[in-house]
Amino acid sequence: MPDGLPTDGLVIVAKRDCPTCSLVEPIMQKLDRAGPFAVISQDDPTFPAGVRSVIDDHDLERSFKLNIETVPTLLRFKNGKEVERTVGWDRQEWIRLAGDAASGDGLPAWQPGCGSKSVEPGVHEALVARYGDPGLKSRAISVGNWDDPIEACFERGWTDGLPVVPPTDERILRMLAGTERKPDEVVGLIPPNLAPCTVEKVAINAVMAGCKPEYMPVVLGVLEAALDPLFVLHGLLCTTHFSGPLVIINGPAAKAIGMNSGVNALGQGNRANATIGRALQLIVRNVGGGLPGAIDRATLGNPGKYTFCFAEDESDPDWEPLSVRRGIAPGKSAVTLFHGEGVNGFIDQKSRTPEELVRSLAMGLFGVGHPKLCLAGNAVLVLTPEHYKIFKDAGWSRRQIEDALYQALKRPGRDLVRGAHGVPEGLPPSMAEQMIDKFQPDGLLIVRAGGEAGLFSAIIGGWPGQSVREECQAVTREIRP
Amino acid sequence: MSVTVKLRDPTAESSPVRRPRLTPPPSLDGKTVALMDIGKSRGKEFIDRLESHFAKAGIATRRYAKPTNTKVAPIELMQKIAAEAQLAVIALSD
Repeated sequence: MPDGLPTDGLVIVAKRDCPTCSLVEPIMQKLDRAGPFAVISQDDPTFPAGVRSVIDDHDLERSFKLNIETVPTLLRFKNGKEVERTVGWDRQEWIRLAGDAASGDGLPAWQPGCGSKSVEPGVHEALVARYGDPGLKSRAISVGNWDDPIEACFERGWTDGLPVVPPTDERILRMLAGTERKPDEVVGLIPPNLAPCTVEKVAINAVMAGCKPEYMPVVLGVLEAALDPLFVLHGLLCTTHFSGPLVIINGPAAKAIGMNSGVNALGQGNRANATIGRALQLIVRNVGGGLPGAIDRATLGNPGKYTFCFAEDESDPDWEPLSVRRGIAPGKSAVTLFHGEGVNGFIDQKSRTPEELVRSLAMGLFGVGHPKLCLAGNAVLVLTPEHYKIFKDAGWSRRQIEDALYQALKRPGRDLVRGAHGVPEGLPPSMAEQMIDKFQPDGLLIVRAGGEAGLFSAIIGGWPGQSVREECQAVTREIRP
Repeated sequence: MSVTVKLRDPTAESSPVRRPRLTPPPSLDGKTVALMDIGKSRGKEFIDRLESHFAKAGIATRRYAKPTNTKVAPIELMQKIAAEAQLAVIALSD
């Protein structure tokens, strides 16, 4: 039993900020006079007034060790062990435990208690870290009392170049509370080292990335999608190309965690967008050992390799969301992972019909990778509201836009072969007489996002690894709760 | 030293808890060695001796000195050493 409590006697755990505790204050005064007795006061050592044995429990250690969920809780100890307890105010129960001194004349017969401060959101995990067994399996790294934990993370090579949130037990336990999955569950093997990654390791890296606990199901879904063999994460990691994982979130999960699909959706400023993509990169770095300059051989890379994640704008019921287009049931949350390079802004402020805009978009899309290269990498087209409105006003669906773009993105091979138009880059001469598609079937992913103003869209080029469709594609997975 | 913060390892834990020291280069050929006098007494004599040994071995050296032995080296000095040399000898001599 915690120190300072009567070996044989009564204990009440209470807080001033609880109407029921205030209601029973006169009873606590009576019990104090009646015999061995103590009050554990969670928020004010002067409460209850007139009681000699009040134990200040601001740090909630005693409340935690007694496993208190409700205040007031009346406990009876015998030979140093708890033998009975009751919660809230219930005259019959209090008389049974404490005798007639606890009859509370003039009080109602019953009144429910309030939540204990020790079980407030986030507090319980902190108390487990301080006074209990956190049950974490990852090894502990001690930081000296004069050292800055953020700098310690840098020195150990745990960061992407930006400061990370130091992964303390308290934060990790809070993060783990964001998922129902067990901490020791192995999510998969992270390349390049094919190291097993548990839910606990995901939580640690999510803490470091700055995630909130409620992002955990999305982070886990993103990681599972990234580990789908069809995504070829190892290859994406070690390529000399620009690309890195681009994360697109659909469904209620995106709304629930406040992701941005509107103004500046591809930019900075939204915590969920910023940290979910970063968490994936930190897992690859820390668990998988995928370090820039080591296995990551990118010639230039791109800023999206810090984080590249946004949600689709699903506000228009006429629009078929990307996840549904890719086989996920409507209303379900899903993640799509694409091998994305940087954002290429596309400006068209003159097209007014779908046909005009399709032709214009095709001109922009031809530039992905190289204007004369085809079937060498796919693309994401981010349609903004003003460009989408041109299609919507004409009654065009997603499928019609896709089909029209697919047709508009065919070109005669003679314009694309090596040497054509004086440019050595291009397709093999044998393709000169064919009509050539720019992208693989289903290789152009159209997603809606962006602010209301601006006749712009964005083209995000893919990765040449996508050229062999059976081996490498974008991946869409449902997010589990 | 007392410990106030405990972090959990985010990695696959395939490396030791203590950070490994940098591996010495296989050869000093073509390298420049920084000789830094930390400012304690007779440090200069020690550095002079090292300098002559390096010179005999044909290894380039550059000399640096801390402004005072009572404080850590200024950032500017450490950046200068990192820019101009690949190895450093920090001379402590009493």
